Amino acid sequence: MTQILSGNGLCLFRGDRCLFKNLAFALNAGELLVIEGPNGSGKTSLLRGVAGLLEFETGTITWNGLSVREHYQAFRADLVWLSHRVGFKGDLNILENLRFESGLRATDCSRLAPVLDRLGLRRLVELPFRSLSAGQQRRVALARMLLADARLWMMDEPFTNLDKAGQALVTELMSEHIGAGNLCVVASHQAVDIPGNTRRISLQ
Amino acid sequence: MSSQDTRRPGILSGFLAVIRRDVLLAWKRPGDVLNPLFFFAMVSTLFPLAIGPSPEQLRFSGPGVVWVAALLATLLSLNSLFLSDHEDGSLDQLILSPQPLPLLALAKALAHWLTTGLPLVLVSPLIAVTFQMPAGSIDIMMLTLTFGTISLSLLGSIGAALTVGLHRGTALLSLLILPLAMPILIFGARTVSLSAANDAVAAGIYLLAAYCMLALTLAPFATAAALRISNE
Repeated sequence: MTQILSGNGLCLFRGDRCLFKNLAFALNAGELLVIEGPNGSGKTSLLRGVAGLLEFETGTITWNGLSVREHYQAFRADLVWLSHRVGFKGDLNILENLRFESGLRATDCSRLAPVLDRLGLRRLVELPFRSLSAGQQRRVALARMLLADARLWMMDEPFTNLDKAGQALVTELMSEHIGAGNLCVVASHQAVDIPGNTRRISLQ
Repeated sequence: MSSQDTRRPGILSGFLAVIRRDVLLAWKRPGDVLNPLFFFAMVSTLFPLAIGPSPEQLRFSGPGVVWVAALLATLLSLNSLFLSDHEDGSLDQLILSPQPLPLLALAKALAHWLTTGLPLVLVSPLIAVTFQMPAGSIDIMMLTLTFGTISLSLLGSIGAALTVGLHRGTALLSLLILPLAMPILIFGARTVSLSAANDAVAAGIYLLAAYCMLALTLAPFATAAALRISNE
C-alpha cells in the first residue's frame, strides 16, 4: 500500500523551546493519525504545520508523493480544516455561510439536506450563526467537512464544546470517513478510540 | 467520495464568493460602512465653518480638505479589513482553500473599496458644493477620488495583512501606508485644484490611473504573502 500523507524530519521551535525534532509519520489510505499530548506540547502547531499554516524549521510533508510546499493546490483541494475557531461569520446564517464555502472548495450540495438533518441543524438554518450555541457552531463546522469533497480531514480538538451525543457523532463520522478509504489527522488531548487503522504520535 | 453533484469551483468562484460575502456582511452591519462615511462628511463640513464663508478661500482649500478627509476616512476603516477574519478563523479557511490566495486578497480589497471607497466617491459632490467648487471640476474630483480610493484600499490591504496579528495595530498601519499614499494625495488634490482653475488635468489623472493599475497588479501578491506570515 502506498503512503498518501507523510512527513519526514520535522522540527519546530517556539521561542527557545524545541517542541519536537526529527519527527516522522506516514499515513495510508483508510488510516487515522492521532496526535496526543498535554496542553502546550505542540499538538496544534504540528497540525498547523502539516496543513501548511505554519512553517517547520526543517522537514517536508508530502501528499501523494509530491511535496506539499510545491504542489500546494492539489493538497489543499483534498484538505478540509477544523479548529476551535470555526471560521464562520456570526452575522450570516448557516446556509449563507455554507454557500460561501462552496465558492472556495469542491462541495456536494445535493447532500445538504441529509447532512443538516444528521447534525440536527435543520431547524436552525435561518438563524444568524452568532445566536447558535458553541456546540451547535461546532456542528456547522462538521457540516462543512461532510459537504466538502475532500480526502483528508484535519481536526484540532474535534470534541470541544460537544455533548455526549455530539462526541459520539464525531467518532462515528471519522470512522465512516476513514472506512471509505480516506484519511484523518486529529489532534486531541482526549482519547480517540476508533476501530480500524490508527497511528499515534505522542508529544511530550 | 466524488459524485456527479459535486461542484468544482472555478478560478473566479472564490473571488466572487469573497466579494459577495463581504458586501453581504456590510449590508447586515451598516454601521461599519456608515462610520467612515460619517467621518468624511463631518470633517469636510466642519472645515467651511472654521475657515469662514469667503467663497474664494473655500474654493482654494476645498480640494485639499476633501482629499485629506477621504484619505483619513479610508485609513481608519482599514484596520478591520482582516481582523474579524483572523479572529473567527475564516483566514485559516481562506489560506487553506485551493483557491489562489492573491485572488482572494484582491477580492477582500475590492470588497473594502465597494463598502468604503465607493460611498465616499458618491457623497463627495455634496461636499464639493459646500466648498463652492465649480461644477466642471466635480466630475474630475470624482474620477480622481475613484482611482485614489481603489489604490488606498489595495495598499491598505498590504498594511492590514501585515498588522493583523497585532492588537491595536492602527497606528502602525497608518505609519506603513501613509508614505505610499502620499503620491495619491498630492496628485489627487493638485489635479482637482488645477481643474477648478481651468488648467490641464490629464497628466494628474494618468498618473493616478497608473498608480491604481500598479496597485491592482502588485498589491494582491504582497497581501497574500503578508497574510501567510502574520497568520502563523
